[in-house]
Amino acid sequence: MGDFTSGFWEIYISVLTIVSILACAVFLKSQTRAPVPGKVGTTGHVWDEDLAEWNNPLPNWWRWLFYITIVFSLVYVVLYPGLGIFRGVLGWTQVGQYEQEQKRAEAAYGPIYAKYAGMEIEQVAADPAAMAIGQNLYLNYCAQCHASDARGSKGFPNLADGDWLWGGDPKQIKETILAGRNGVMPPFGAALGAEGTKDVAHFVLSLSGAPSDSIRVARGKDKFMQTCAACHGPEGKGNQALGAPNLTDKVWLHGTGEGAIIETINQGRNNVMPAWKEFLGEQKIHVLTAYIWGLSNKSGAK
Amino acid sequence: MRVRGPRRADNEGNRNNMANNGTYNYTVVRQFAVMTVIWGIVGMLVGVIIAAQFIWPDLTYGVPWLSFGRLRPLHTNAVIFAFGGSALFATSYYVVQRTCNVRLFSDGLAAFTFWGWQLVIVLAAITLPLGITTSKEYAELEWPIDVLITLVWVAYAVVFFGTLWKRKTSHIYVANWFFGGFILTVAILHLVNSAAVPVTFWKSYSAYAGAQDAMVQWWYGHNAVGFFLTAGFLGMMYYFVPKQAGRPIYSYRLSVVHFWALIFTYMWAGPHHLHYTALPDWTQSLGMIFSLILLAPSWGGMINGIMTLSGAWYKLREDPILKFLIVSLSFYGMSTFEGPMMSIKTVNALSHYTDWTIGHVHSGALGWVGMISIGSIYYLLPRLFGQTQMASMRLVTLHFWVATIGIVLYIAAMWIAGVTQGLMWRAVNPDGTLTYTFVESTKASMPFYYIRLLGGTLYLTGMLLMLVNMIKTIAGHKAVDAPIPAITPAHA
Repeated sequence: MGDFTSGFWEIYISVLTIVSILACAVFLKSQTRAPVPGKVGTTGHVWDEDLAEWNNPLPNWWRWLFYITIVFSLVYVVLYPGLGIFRGVLGWTQVGQYEQEQKRAEAAYGPIYAKYAGMEIEQVAADPAAMAIGQNLYLNYCAQCHASDARGSKGFPNLADGDWLWGGDPKQIKETILAGRNGVMPPFGAALGAEGTKDVAHFVLSLSGAPSDSIRVARGKDKFMQTCAACHGPEGKGNQALGAPNLTDKVWLHGTGEGAIIETINQGRNNVMPAWKEFLGEQKIHVLTAYIWGLSNKSGAK
Repeated sequence: MRVRGPRRADNEGNRNNMANNGTYNYTVVRQFAVMTVIWGIVGMLVGVIIAAQFIWPDLTYGVPWLSFGRLRPLHTNAVIFAFGGSALFATSYYVVQRTCNVRLFSDGLAAFTFWGWQLVIVLAAITLPLGITTSKEYAELEWPIDVLITLVWVAYAVVFFGTLWKRKTSHIYVANWFFGGFILTVAILHLVNSAAVPVTFWKSYSAYAGAQDAMVQWWYGHNAVGFFLTAGFLGMMYYFVPKQAGRPIYSYRLSVVHFWALIFTYMWAGPHHLHYTALPDWTQSLGMIFSLILLAPSWGGMINGIMTLSGAWYKLREDPILKFLIVSLSFYGMSTFEGPMMSIKTVNALSHYTDWTIGHVHSGALGWVGMISIGSIYYLLPRLFGQTQMASMRLVTLHFWVATIGIVLYIAAMWIAGVTQGLMWRAVNPDGTLTYTFVESTKASMPFYYIRLLGGTLYLTGMLLMLVNMIKTIAGHKAVDAPIPAITPAHA
């Protein structure tokens, strides 16, 4: 294994370790004196008027405690890795232990997930045992961002409202969890100018029927068509292939109102959902997908 | 102990009465002793604030420089290096002079260590809240402050070892072995771990990378515990326990064996902070076995201190200073049993990253380091101001009980919280999913965070009692420097 730049260091460590452990024992033995019968005296030295030291021998129980830890250590480096190149007679490694535990877990839990993997998402969502698993997975890996009630918060989408940035059918949800998503809106503040940005913001407000300045709405419409419609569509209904939000509904990921919309246009947005395929594996994600899908498809989960 | 007038008069007195030996340098001892109490209060107050932030996260209204991430290193630096450091400077300067029968090697350098160290502390108190940090635990201070620390430490070493060099006693007293070991080793630890490449005045990058960086960091980190927080305070113990008990040290032989065994084995123990990480298996094993071997050498110090009281146990009943010293040794014994146990991989798999670690650290910090320092400073203060005891011994007794109850509440709460967290994190359902989410373990810990806050507040209250007592003891009394007695043939 590549812990060292040369074989010398393996030997160096091994020798140094064994000598060091044994040195503790030799030192302890060399300092052991049989108790002298009679009254114990002091060493005869005095400091600062009255500081002195008794000549008591090492307590026996303490010496044996010391020896036991030394013997334990020697046995340990025979059994476990500790001496550089010598890996210990048990062949234990922490990576080995991890893999073994993973294998045991796979044997114990694998069949549960394999069973669901063969079912359609809609069927899995109808299975109460699968949904209990799905909820546990959700609470451990998703709730940190999407909240324990799945209603999200600013910047983190609500998963229970039936509104989807990247599509809400089972296949799309699963893809989102497996590979993650990165929703990017570039900043347009510089291109539109302060007034232009405000005009576009009012046009966007008007799309969902929010109070807006009609003169600005009129001015903002053309700019919206030139700058925003490519992703959000000419009617502002968004585009799930790009993760571009629908601007005509009441769902606002980064807040609504003139201020929040101007901020979004000025700074742009960069929303990242990480990929979970490597960490959770496809079979667990299958169950998790069913749980997420079920949140907004109560009637579908028969 | 002889009590005399102010230094000048004292010197004249010496000329007439004694063999013109001059006086001990108590000025620097007084300065550090007083600052021990002040910095103790500051550091522990920050500790109480961050303990409260666990319960009320918005306590400091989101002000960045009062956030947990910045106050936490301020707390650890203040209690370890400001409070603990000042206590070590005060006691080592006092002890080395009195047990060598000579004045400090250099008054000027000693004064430099005091003002230099205070400057380090003030700079830490400014830079850490500003977020200026190397992000190395217990070594967060940026490189210009590290350079200042190095200068102060070299001066400290010169003063200490210079004093040993010109001693009038033939043998070096055991307390000085420990102080000397602490000063030498901390110098090495600081230089190696703080090696960094400066980028700007307030930004540097560690000279090490990856697993090596982690290894160097915890070699430093655990030896900061072993030498700064253990060897140095054992030096304190070896002077103030026999002095306060009026009894000889239990066993010279035991002090020899546990001194060498302690300083030898501590050096290896660092990797136990990095169990089940990218550190190679063999390194983790060596960290673990030497941590186990460390049990006996650690207990050697506890036995030698506590057994010094044999034949004088009754003194514990009426002497609150002795109570502080002996109970601190009990906490030392407890945490040095707990430490080796936690270094065992299977135990560590449960305890690592939980509040158990916080409990363990505080049983050492509040119980051992705190109480031995408090006891020693209570011994010192009256003697530095020409008196025989603190203004109010009842207040010292009250301090002892408030502090002891505080520690017990603190560490018991953190043990329960820590084991609860460890068990909740590893609980698995029959379907392979985790039984508890992380936030549930936080919720389960909340009652214990309240108890911890109460314990910490009690300990801080004790320090405030100490401040009142210190002011009452000093007020109206002049600083007194004891004369250096002529050496008697009985002396070593």
